[in-house]
Amino acid sequence: MSAESLDPLDVVDPAHEHHHLGEQVERRLRKSERRRGLLLALPAFAYMVLFFAVPLVIVLVYSFATRTSSGSVALSGWNLDSYRKLGEPIVRNVVFRSAWLAAITTVACLVIGYPFAYFTATRRPLVRNLLLVSVMIPFWTNFLVRNYAWRLLLSTGGPISSATEAIGLGETDLLFTRTAVVLGLTYSFLPFMILPLYASIERIDWRLVEASRDLYSNGWKSFTKIVFPLSLPGVIAGSILVFVPSLGAYVTPEILGGGRETMLGSYIVTQFLTARNWPVGASVSFVLMAVMLSATIVYFRSGGKNL
Amino acid sequence: MISKRKMVASAVIASLALAACGGDDDEPAADDSADEPAAEPSDEPADDSGDEPAAEPAGDVPECAVDEVDGDLFLYNWAEYIDPELLTAFETQYGVKVTQDTYDSNEAMQPIISAGNSGYDVIVPSDYMVSILIANGDILPLNKDAIPNYSNLAPDFQSGLPYDPEGAYAAPYQWGTTGLGVDKAVTGEDFPRSWALVFDQATAEQYGAAGSISLLNDPRETLGAALKYLGYSLNSTSEEELNEAKELVANAPIQAFDSDGYDENLATGQTVVAHGYSGNFFVQFAEADDPSQYEYFVPAEGGTRWVDNMAVVHDAPHPCTAHTFINFILDAENGAALTNWNYYASPNAAAEASILPEILEDPAIYPEDISKLEFISDTGDYEINFSDAFIEAKG
Amino acid sequence: MSEASSAQARGLAKWGLNLNVVLVLVFLYAPIVLLTIYSFSGARNPGQWGGFTLDWYRALGDDTRVQDAIWVSVKVALVSTVVSVVLGTMAALALERFTFRGKKVFDALLYLPIIIPDVTMAVMMLLFFTQAFDLLDDWFGLRIAKGFATIVVSHIAFNIAFVSVVVRARIAGMDATLEQAAADLYATRWRAFVHVTLPQIMPGVLGGALLALTLSLDDVVVTQFVAGPGSTTLPVYVFSLIRKGVTPLINAVSVVMLAASLVLVIGSLFAQRANEGRRRREPAA
Repeated sequence: MSAESLDPLDVVDPAHEHHHLGEQVERRLRKSERRRGLLLALPAFAYMVLFFAVPLVIVLVYSFATRTSSGSVALSGWNLDSYRKLGEPIVRNVVFRSAWLAAITTVACLVIGYPFAYFTATRRPLVRNLLLVSVMIPFWTNFLVRNYAWRLLLSTGGPISSATEAIGLGETDLLFTRTAVVLGLTYSFLPFMILPLYASIERIDWRLVEASRDLYSNGWKSFTKIVFPLSLPGVIAGSILVFVPSLGAYVTPEILGGGRETMLGSYIVTQFLTARNWPVGASVSFVLMAVMLSATIVYFRSGGKNL
Repeated sequence: MISKRKMVASAVIASLALAACGGDDDEPAADDSADEPAAEPSDEPADDSGDEPAAEPAGDVPECAVDEVDGDLFLYNWAEYIDPELLTAFETQYGVKVTQDTYDSNEAMQPIISAGNSGYDVIVPSDYMVSILIANGDILPLNKDAIPNYSNLAPDFQSGLPYDPEGAYAAPYQWGTTGLGVDKAVTGEDFPRSWALVFDQATAEQYGAAGSISLLNDPRETLGAALKYLGYSLNSTSEEELNEAKELVANAPIQAFDSDGYDENLATGQTVVAHGYSGNFFVQFAEADDPSQYEYFVPAEGGTRWVDNMAVVHDAPHPCTAHTFINFILDAENGAALTNWNYYASPNAAAEASILPEILEDPAIYPEDISKLEFISDTGDYEINFSDAFIEAKG
Repeated sequence: MSEASSAQARGLAKWGLNLNVVLVLVFLYAPIVLLTIYSFSGARNPGQWGGFTLDWYRALGDDTRVQDAIWVSVKVALVSTVVSVVLGTMAALALERFTFRGKKVFDALLYLPIIIPDVTMAVMMLLFFTQAFDLLDDWFGLRIAKGFATIVVSHIAFNIAFVSVVVRARIAGMDATLEQAAADLYATRWRAFVHVTLPQIMPGVLGGALLALTLSLDDVVVTQFVAGPGSTTLPVYVFSLIRKGVTPLINAVSVVMLAASLVLVIGSLFAQRANEGRRRREPAA
């Protein structure tokens, strides 16, 4: 595989078609590589087109439709009203609040997840897998029960409140606060951060790190100059896997936040179910997806350059 | 070249999508040219009937005989809303299998039914949802000849219900109220039985409830309560009244908007006053060490009254089994068994003889004066105003 | 910087790392311990202690509804995980190692399931399946009902994306020269893949599989909308209880599933350990 064939922007120029032999061989090779790539991607690609893209287009169509007074969708009188609604201050507030809470959650996951992933990735295989599975096992219980357990932990007179009282800090009323929401989201999405982080730290060539230790003679410096940049794909993937679902979360904000923090996820659920306003639910989703997709692509591109 | 690739891919997606939407694209196109009003029921979301005009509100009445079964029963019901033994009894009596799945809200059930092909025969929607389902053509009219037990219902429930005035579509299942549950260990006995307890800062403080109140996380219920406190109808479509209600909710000394655990939070002491559905409180109070510590009441200003109903799904695979099941539930003994199991009031007059006296005589379950209670009705386009106002009120 | 202070700093870093691991595990398991304790509580509320009892476990033994729901959940999770791991890994390899027609579109398409809000995906799958089934009925007279298959299809649709993101994080920047050498060495690409590439990307594949399994076991909204009668999964069943109160029965279910997965995990770890031991001895032999 030649280096330039990795470049997605690589375009074959037809003007140079009949040049000397070496180029022709290379061209043929490249062509067969492309075919292989397509074949490899095809099953998933076809699946995603049929079972994701096509359904998505149906909803996209709905976003231009009109809500009837009985709350169903009239597939006529196409208009942009549902997109206009996004400009209202009520939606703006929800968006800013959600983005803020999701950002805090992402940072929290990164700060506590990175050292954990680092530790895990530097153990021997058995311990590694044990730790990795330990991260996932709590999530094989029911998510509602987990949220209830957190409600119990945080409630007035609950374990955390009793503990802080015992050590003289007084009662803590965490339940139904913003802190509780962030805590619950961090809990829910921590594995989404740890797994990709682990996957990318584990593959780092440690001889490189050893060499850098000699060079920088400082653990921290060799971490920031070598280890962290090498793990960047994991950091980015993890951040996306945490940030985006946090934006869309709605059960945790309701159970732990007492429904006081309307997040984007709750807003969309409200539009689809409570208000039965599918065009608005669809348009909010689409704008969210478009923004997040472009952000993700830009983020990945810029992250990719540092590698 | 790249843009060409993109075009090809999007063309593929678009053509596939067109194929997928094709089924119902023809029809709206016809709607378009005919310029029909938007409220026309043929515009329902996933009209799966394709060739025939979408279900008219008065669709075909299924032809069924009394006790006729045409297959197994698929029931889509609220969770914990029927004694499993009743289902077993139905199975043995009619020799069919009952499959019950459960939902947590009208709003989650409706799109599944509306889309079609749900596979369910009988659903149990609440009042306002019945009128929405009727308007969308999502439920079939009942064949009363196949439901002789319909006459067991109290006269008020046979006809005159606002969401189905003739009782043509819905057979009432159970009913109840929405009100406040109070922890009297904190408030004492002599607090006002009024919405002031949650909406008036001074009153809430006086009885130790301020900051320990939960209201339902539901725009119609909670804004409706505020509208009632202000002396308006909870179905008011006046912008000014809604604004007043919104301000009231926004400034109330509330801890949480909670539709899911309000009864437990009251029982564990997390909250002192909770807004919620009658039956849930009774089940919860019965569990307490000292049930007399708690009280449920509908505030003097009035509140919500609701009725859940059995209805036959528009594309029910077994409409006759569905009718037989409805008839079975409307039986006097079976109706009583429902109420004795989950403490909600029964619309079944004939069942009263077999309902436990402590339930029948409890004014919190069977309120004496229902004149101040109102049904939530579907306000059409105004639902969006309720929903937006509620999001604004929550902050 | 002196040798001593550098060693000190390193010791401190090590200590901090260990502490973090302990704290993360406490954070992850505190609610689990609590929910396990309350599965033995005699009170109906998950938040009240009502004396020790095994009633909820007995009730679980009698409750065929919950048992059925568990089986549906487990089957859906396993099938959708296996399929999405295979498809997702292939997609990740294709995107990281090859260039082909439509690559960018595919790349973007693979992010969408991560970005799409649950309820939006639920609504779109509901509309898609009902309309597609109507078409199949109209064109070919095929009568298909929603059920197990539609749940699995939907779960795969979101799981492929999560698997491929995790696997790609592993492959990205991984040295390709080894694979090329292997390709020369092993003659067939398949053998090169099995012997060189797969072991290298295995941690990513494993992580993706764990994530897919978890997502599938936890999904409520999409499943609720695409399920058919009698094919309720456990989370959908539990979610429907939310208004009427979730009892410690569900805690008991969680504990049983936890115990079952622990047994599986410990078993496979032992197997792995035996394997490791064998490999370690081999070169000596």
